[in-house]
Amino acid sequence: MSFLPKPKLHHPKLPTNALGYTRRDYEGSISTLCAGCGHDSISAAIIQACWELSIEPHRVAKLSGIGCSSKTPDYFLGASHGFNSVHGRMPSVLTGANLANRELIYLGVSGDGDSASIGLGQFAHIMRRGVNMTYIVENNGVYGLTKGQFSATSDKGSKAKKGAINTDEAIDLVALALQLGATYVARGFSGDKEQLVGLIKGALRHKGAAFIDCISPCVAFNNHEGSTKSYDYVREHNEAVNRLDVILGRAALTADYAPGTVQEVVQHDGTVLRLRKLASGYDPADRIAAMNYLQERKAAGEIVTGLLYLEPEAEDLHDHLGTVELPLNRLDDAALCPGAKALEAINDALR
Amino acid sequence: MPEPLTAVNDFVVKFANVNGSGSASANGLFAKAILRMGIPIASRNIFPSNIQGLPTWFEVRVSGEGHLGRRGGVDLMVAMNPQTWDRDVAEIEPGGYLFYDSTKPLPRSRFRDDIHVIGVPLTEICNAAYSDPRQRQLFKNIMYIGALSALIGLEPEVVEALLGEQYRGKEKLNASNRAAFHMGRDWALAHLRPIGLQLRRMDAVGRRIYVDGNSAAALGAVYGGATVCAWYPITPSTSLAEAFERWCRRHRTDGETGRKRYAIVQAEDELASIGIVIGAAWNGARAFTCTSGPGISLMQEFLGLAYFAEIPAVVFDVQRAGPSTGMPTRTQQSDVLAAAYASHGDTKHIVLFPEDPHECFEFGAAAMDLADRFQTPVFVLLDLDIGMNDWLCEPFRWDDGRRMDRGKVMTAEMLDAGTTFGRYLDVDGDGIPYRTYPGTHPSKGAFFTRGTSRDRFAKYTEAGPAYVDNMERLLRKFATAKSWVPRPVETRAAEPTRLGVIHYGSTGAAMREALAALQGDGVRLDALRIRAFPFHDDVMDFIARHDRVFVVEQNRDAQLRTLLMVEGNVDPAKLVPVLHYDGTPITARFIRRAIAEKVQGLRIGPLHEVAAE
Repeated sequence: MSFLPKPKLHHPKLPTNALGYTRRDYEGSISTLCAGCGHDSISAAIIQACWELSIEPHRVAKLSGIGCSSKTPDYFLGASHGFNSVHGRMPSVLTGANLANRELIYLGVSGDGDSASIGLGQFAHIMRRGVNMTYIVENNGVYGLTKGQFSATSDKGSKAKKGAINTDEAIDLVALALQLGATYVARGFSGDKEQLVGLIKGALRHKGAAFIDCISPCVAFNNHEGSTKSYDYVREHNEAVNRLDVILGRAALTADYAPGTVQEVVQHDGTVLRLRKLASGYDPADRIAAMNYLQERKAAGEIVTGLLYLEPEAEDLHDHLGTVELPLNRLDDAALCPGAKALEAINDALR
Repeated sequence: MPEPLTAVNDFVVKFANVNGSGSASANGLFAKAILRMGIPIASRNIFPSNIQGLPTWFEVRVSGEGHLGRRGGVDLMVAMNPQTWDRDVAEIEPGGYLFYDSTKPLPRSRFRDDIHVIGVPLTEICNAAYSDPRQRQLFKNIMYIGALSALIGLEPEVVEALLGEQYRGKEKLNASNRAAFHMGRDWALAHLRPIGLQLRRMDAVGRRIYVDGNSAAALGAVYGGATVCAWYPITPSTSLAEAFERWCRRHRTDGETGRKRYAIVQAEDELASIGIVIGAAWNGARAFTCTSGPGISLMQEFLGLAYFAEIPAVVFDVQRAGPSTGMPTRTQQSDVLAAAYASHGDTKHIVLFPEDPHECFEFGAAAMDLADRFQTPVFVLLDLDIGMNDWLCEPFRWDDGRRMDRGKVMTAEMLDAGTTFGRYLDVDGDGIPYRTYPGTHPSKGAFFTRGTSRDRFAKYTEAGPAYVDNMERLLRKFATAKSWVPRPVETRAAEPTRLGVIHYGSTGAAMREALAALQGDGVRLDALRIRAFPFHDDVMDFIARHDRVFVVEQNRDAQLRTLLMVEGNVDPAKLVPVLHYDGTPITARFIRRAIAEKVQGLRIGPLHEVAAE
């Protein structure tokens, strides 16, 4: 337990969003994670993003698997339904939930153990299917709840707290998501909230499979010298290719940016994603170039962050299946049951 | 040489074919034509785990008396597969008949002296009539049906009518099939005489339908309002998902937009299948998966979550012979315990046991209601015999006044009216709490679903009393289910008896036939067909009313008997197992012999004295 419970009352002048909600209305239970945990910063970024986008909290469904990261949905959006499911299987539960009601916003929160080890299969398949969601992996390269074992995203050569050196190759979830057809792929760092909030906002407004790999140092087991997922290491090696501003509705480009440094992308719902380019020539519309760039920088020891790939007019699973507009969970007897007369015709055909 | 078998409307025909040779549709035509003559049949496919080239058999039991179980033994073998010739010939009852393609002469040693051999030069006739190799193969099948029609009295008009229905709008195909049928028939009429096994038109089929259990269960899911189906291909359940898609395409497609009022996902494995089902049901849709034993093993962890977090889920388990990969294309009732107690920790699940496709439909729809009502997994245990074979059964029925029972769902209106919402709060004393669907209300009714322990208001806790409180409520809920699930069906012996027999699922047909035969042998038995777990009080009453109760099952370990002992605290000595588990469907002959032997072994004295007590 890191904090004392916060009082319900808040300052009357706290800013409100278009719905009249303050940021406090997007908070959840008090975090039980360690003080300084990167995951709490991600929760704070989710709260900020939802508040800024004026999302109605109860229209979000939060789903997770098992692990430190998967506990976090309890710590934000207290007015949303949450589902802390089974280790490594959140993607299937989220897929089912999404099929039942296409109108809610689905937020999947997972960890590197949950998504890259036990859940690698389900991670892959939810990306392939293009489920409309925001899928965040809070990636610390270590098993926290079981006290410090390497996870599948630990870099080869990275040192564990007790001194062991990881000899297994790391799984790069961003590379996988790109290869498997995710239509919004980003990497963030829990230590850079400004960049992260933009990435989450863009993902929440994206229709299709949106994936954010968020490096999130584990202060208890993976923040030491020799770890490649420590705050210091990530700060030193972070190569941000862009920063993202999400603008609801079309807004005129102001003159604040140097020419050629801003790229605008309009998503299907009209949201404008304004990318402030940091790496010259990086084009997030080119999936293959993105994959190449990532491999190249990785070989150079850099961690590429930012919005890495975006397909603004993506299709989702419902488009592929051709389901009706009305959510399946709202269809009534008349819409679902063919009735006695149809059954008599079926009987006749079986005689 | 024994006398040739003679029988009217009471014999077994078996077709020995090669998988993938197109014989299935010809054999199906044969079966349906007999039904159209008003004569009941029981038909079964016997096939290997293979795509093409291996042996496959189709067995038709013609039974004017209406016995629908497998009889055992073969009276007329249609031997179209040289690979299995020897064992097919060996299977024929003495005095029985062997029908074969006599194009290539076979030595005397390949036949038997005690059977009657009927040779028809099918290949020769075919090769003379057709030049295309595929046509030669396909029409050979229809041609032997033609020859058989002359031999056993299958009415050609009925076959023609069926062909007309099958090829409606495809006149060319209809005509060529008819021609092939008559080619075979004419040859037989010219060269052969009718055999001792004869079909005679009767009126014993009535309004019954002929359908497989998987299609019926899938249709039940459609009528029950299922909208999400997630599945992974596995024999013998695959055709259930495929049937659901077929029914939905016809009955759940929006007429104007062509959009679907259903979603089917072929998942990456069974874990994902049940995960998708649980996610969809958590979010208020009716969802199911279909699988077989190996899939049930894979789903264990998720099933425990659904039990503990109280999320509806319907699982159709079309059982096959286990353990492990077992015999994928053979039948068994060996997942009873795996379903009833699925997952680690203390769990119990609702399990339904349909006996035929009619009940597959009924229970398929009922399972959707039960899952919502009890917010828990519901298993429908079919088996390969019911699932993949066409059965003659009562027609499907539906009352248009029936509505989905969505169970206890708290709405925004109820929340606004100030109703207390505790996700795991037992408001009505029946153990069933209220739930809310995600997105119901801006500020009320949200909760965090978890597989960890929680209090009545869904707050995480590891406090012992809160945990026990919840586990006890789950037991209360399960007890409530007893009177909601399908009741057992009792059949009393003609006279009072202290002996009883319990059976379930696809055993029903063979059991009924065995009961009649045993009655003739002087063995009187009251019979109880169990249709669901948890057991209705009638089940324990039945056991209490009898000194000995045989429990007939299609597995090695007497799984239902174990469940009865454990759940009803029944003395094991009282429940006598009768077990058939070689992968073939149980027969009346087997049950009759096994029970007769056991009755003798029990030394319970002359049966009339028992009955007189």
